[in-house]
Amino acid sequence: MSDFKRNLSVGIAAVTVLALTVAPGLAQDAAAPAAAAAVEKTAATAPNVDYIFNTLLFLMTGFLVMWMAAGFAMLEAGLVRSKNVAMQCTKNIALYSIGGIMFWLIGYNLMYPGDDGWIVADTIGKFMPVTMPAPGEDTGGAYATGSDWFFQMVFCATTASIVSGTLAERIKLWPFLIFIVVLTGFIYPIQGSWEWGTGWLDDMGFSDFAGSTLVHSCGGWAALAGALLLGARAGKYGPNGAINPMPGSSMPLATLGTFILWLGWFGFNGGSQLALGSLENASAVARIFVNTNMAAASGVLVAMVLTQVIYGKVDLTMALNGALAGLVSITAEPLAPAIWQSVVIGGVGGVIVVFTVPLLDKLRIDDVVGAIPVHLFAGIWGTLIVAWTNADANIVVQATGVAAIGAFVFVSSFVMWAFLKFTIGLRPSLEDETNGLDMSEIGIEAYPEFGTGSQRI
Amino acid sequence: MKLLTAIIKPFKLEEVRTALTDLGLEGMTVTEVKGYGRQKGHTEIYRGAEYAVSFLPKIKIEIVVPTAQVDKALEVVQSAARTGQIGDGKIFVSPIERTIRVRTGETDETAL
Repeated sequence: MSDFKRNLSVGIAAVTVLALTVAPGLAQDAAAPAAAAAVEKTAATAPNVDYIFNTLLFLMTGFLVMWMAAGFAMLEAGLVRSKNVAMQCTKNIALYSIGGIMFWLIGYNLMYPGDDGWIVADTIGKFMPVTMPAPGEDTGGAYATGSDWFFQMVFCATTASIVSGTLAERIKLWPFLIFIVVLTGFIYPIQGSWEWGTGWLDDMGFSDFAGSTLVHSCGGWAALAGALLLGARAGKYGPNGAINPMPGSSMPLATLGTFILWLGWFGFNGGSQLALGSLENASAVARIFVNTNMAAASGVLVAMVLTQVIYGKVDLTMALNGALAGLVSITAEPLAPAIWQSVVIGGVGGVIVVFTVPLLDKLRIDDVVGAIPVHLFAGIWGTLIVAWTNADANIVVQATGVAAIGAFVFVSSFVMWAFLKFTIGLRPSLEDETNGLDMSEIGIEAYPEFGTGSQRI
Repeated sequence: MKLLTAIIKPFKLEEVRTALTDLGLEGMTVTEVKGYGRQKGHTEIYRGAEYAVSFLPKIKIEIVVPTAQVDKALEVVQSAARTGQIGDGKIFVSPIERTIRVRTGETDETAL
């Protein structure tokens, strides 16, 4: 493999050159012009207007994050084989819906019990469904109750969608959805409460702005636990380390899905400012949008350059993964960095993806869409690197949060997957898996008139 | 009557079709197939793993020809389909026992 090593050194050199060309851009940023305007930057507008803008932020960024569910659905549909596309679509629309129901029934109050609501202080919140006050009476806080629930719910649902990509093409529908019930109702909210719910990790100073750990690594750990217990797709790995690629059915869908996720991420990161009613908040949301975009763009280009150099061809699916890894990497701190720092952070996300996708295959962990590299590994990187750009963060605390949430999510997921595996079973039969889950689990083909579809004649 | 089965490179289809029409041979059946002879496939890389693309796309033309015209048909098909590169294809000739035109009931060479 000396060819590989040579290509690898060239690749690293190429990325370094790319970085040096970007370096002049790092001179700018940060210092606003000294001529400050006459208005106070942090003063809120009148309280009613502040309430309205905050609510507006939650609702609009919330539906952008909801739209990420479509992004995941299309990305996954494009990266699985035709015979499994309808099943993948079914899983995605189901998990988004389950996330909504569970986060209403249990998740929200478990995650945000309020100062007095903890069953176990700073660790386990309270168990009760959400209710909304009548519109005329919803004046208790700085935003409408429903808007906060809605915004938080879509984050919960996003976590669930990460898991469906990794485990595609060889898992039965209902066992998967039962796991999602537990993930969205319990696992996600509990670890979320430790940080955003002002639990013990927040008390320690752990910082995760929009969820590199709380959402992306959480989904990634759950996916990894599932992949280990589920096993690889039939025929994916052969003897003597052979790896048999199973190319996805639709590159346009995968690309569209990635663009949709990119768009939704402006809501994901931007809405996490949690306020819009002052000049500083408005400016912060704008800054977050910019940093978010630049990290994604950097991830794409680094992935493209690396795959061109290492494999002699650009791999579109790796470029798409690179965008998402860049986005995940910046998600833990999209506000503080200067633009050039976002470019670096996102670029490293691209590097992570290019090297860890083949690594998982070497370890015989079959991740159909690269969700573990994109969400788990880049999520860990994004969480740790907060210490570089955010002066209030410290890498030891960041690492503690990563480890604590990792352990909790991985172990609880592993237990749940194992329970399902040894009771109702996770995998379809070999015959069903070979014929495709569309026919065996759903009974509806994605493309009945094309390829080997039953309606070709 | 003879059945000519020609396996050719896909981009040569129009040329071959025109050549046969110029000879007065009107009907044919065309299928998209995959195959290989001495032309090997190639390898691709998907997400870091290599896979072999062994079978190459080809076009199969099936045309039933009156015996008297077989030699001429073979000649024009070969000449139209040829590029000189490996993978140009093959033509097989096999006998046909009977032919019937579905619409009119005509048989054998009047049905061609």
